[in-house]
Amino acid sequence: MQFIQQMINGITIGAFYALVALGYTMVYGVLKLINFAHGDLFMWGAYLGLTSLNVVLGLVVQGSAWCILPAVVVVMTTVALAGVLVERVAYRPLRTAGRLAPVISALGVAFILQSLARNIYGASYKTYPNGITPAGGFSIAGSARVSVMQIIVLVVSFLLMGALYLFIQRTRIGTAMRAVSLNHDVSRLMGIDVNRIIAVVFLIGPGLGGVAGMIVGLYYGSFDFTLGWTYGLKAFIAAILGGIGNIPGAMLGGMLLGIIETLGSGYISPQWKDVIAYVILIVILIFRPTGLLGERVAEKV
Amino acid sequence: MATMENTWARLRKMNSLWWQIGLIVLAVVLPLPMSDYYRSVLWRTGLYIMLGLSLHIIVGYAGLFQLGHAAFYGLGAYTCALLNLHFNVPTLLTLPICVLVAAFFGFLITRPILHLRGDYLCIVTIAFGEVVRLALVNNIFGITGGANGLSGIARPVLFGMALRAPIYHYYLMLFFLVITIFAVQRLENSRLGRAWMYVREDEVAAEAMGIDTTRVKLLAFVLGSGWAGLAGALYAGRVTVISPDQAKFMESVILFCVVVLGGTGSIPGVFVGTLGMVTLPELSRPLKAWRDAWLGVAMVGMMIARPEGLWPSRRVRMGLRGEQNEPTLAHAIDE
Repeated sequence: MQFIQQMINGITIGAFYALVALGYTMVYGVLKLINFAHGDLFMWGAYLGLTSLNVVLGLVVQGSAWCILPAVVVVMTTVALAGVLVERVAYRPLRTAGRLAPVISALGVAFILQSLARNIYGASYKTYPNGITPAGGFSIAGSARVSVMQIIVLVVSFLLMGALYLFIQRTRIGTAMRAVSLNHDVSRLMGIDVNRIIAVVFLIGPGLGGVAGMIVGLYYGSFDFTLGWTYGLKAFIAAILGGIGNIPGAMLGGMLLGIIETLGSGYISPQWKDVIAYVILIVILIFRPTGLLGERVAEKV
Repeated sequence: MATMENTWARLRKMNSLWWQIGLIVLAVVLPLPMSDYYRSVLWRTGLYIMLGLSLHIIVGYAGLFQLGHAAFYGLGAYTCALLNLHFNVPTLLTLPICVLVAAFFGFLITRPILHLRGDYLCIVTIAFGEVVRLALVNNIFGITGGANGLSGIARPVLFGMALRAPIYHYYLMLFFLVITIFAVQRLENSRLGRAWMYVREDEVAAEAMGIDTTRVKLLAFVLGSGWAGLAGALYAGRVTVISPDQAKFMESVILFCVVVLGGTGSIPGVFVGTLGMVTLPELSRPLKAWRDAWLGVAMVGMMIARPEGLWPSRRVRMGLRGEQNEPTLAHAIDE
């Protein structure tokens, strides 16, 4: 029954990767930029979640699982606004500056966010308050167990991803987003405010990332400031695995990466699980650089 | 303002040989009145200039994004340590082997990924760097000592004297640094160097002109990696304790910034970049906690105010400032 258990764990971790990967893939879609700061915005989600949860618990005498909801709203808004701010300050002035400058700028923002977190919250591990998340679980298929928390994680992630998918496919802003990811100039000619659409992307991506950060914090209980880097890179691998710029691809990539990684650490060695993820990335990029669902981009001469 | 520019132009026209001799003399004299701490800082500056120049070949000349360069620096250091600890090879004699090992790994790793460009290359190099680091942490083949690394590497011995004091290491570094600068400068104007810059500016056109782009790019990676291996070995000889931290992503990012912030494609740019990214933060120890934040602000600010770097090569500056409407990759994909 170890296999089923590993699958359940893998899908849960995959859901985190998918949520974060969405932020990378959306930004890459509209700006063709690897937003290295995204992982650190996600990490800030975990820290802000902790702070706002403590505040809420301070106000409400009886702590229950519902205390998480207002905290989630606060985290989502704050991190989303931070994302927009980052875009406005560090990326927008560089939109015509070529390839190298925005990458350096993104790395710079990542440095800033990480350093801020370390100086404000300290370098040691932070722990979420105990007894907030619902405990318990169900046994399925013999000895395999699904905890209530895992079910909540999966339901929340799938709801968010489904909502995002519908938003992109069905609404006017979503359509505009897809247009911008194809071509900025033509979109502008069609009356789309490109800057506004990019701001919306930087609102949604980091917003989802922030929530993911808080869920990761709640799920594992403790984390430190390197969370952004480790999860950020993994999520980025997930985005590439599914085909960068492709939103269902990011979801698929995240799930696959989570499952492969958990199976790898279960059956091969937990020490080498990160190496497995990186090797997958390298192999995919060598043999199918467009990812599983990505379209082939013709090379122009 | 105009007179200043005139003076500057006249200084530029001065025979560059005199400049270089002057700089070397300055570098020899500079540490003499200093305390050991400042001598160590100078040594560190030299080390990073050397590493920066090795990456400069890859990023600056050939225009290839390499964000895992620290892995080769680490490989050089580990090769030196292993040869010294297990086979008692004197540290200085391991140098050529370290260069070869790092260059060989550079070849192995980059050969399959040469057809990638831009972002994809950048990500693959990050992944390779992390694989190397994790392999070192996981004590691969039981020889790398795990997360603690290796210790007890013998000091380099020169003319029967073990080099201990920082100043000796500084001069040793300076010796190799001068060779490095000379070699990189010669490369810049060589047939190969021109081919690199051609590939950087326009790969398709370069190929059409008969340049074997795969070979040229591979050479950039192999030379750059090998040189980083040399720097790693010198580091191992100086500190005698090495750990996988040397190969961590942060190091690679710092090296990348050293090359890009100073000005892509220019050797003085690497000097300026090292001063900004390594030396100044090292000297401002009280601000150490905020070091990364300050680096980040500097990186973002620099890119907005002066994307061509502080001391760019003339060719790159003309390219960046002259053509406002140069198409970006985003456009290239759109069209």
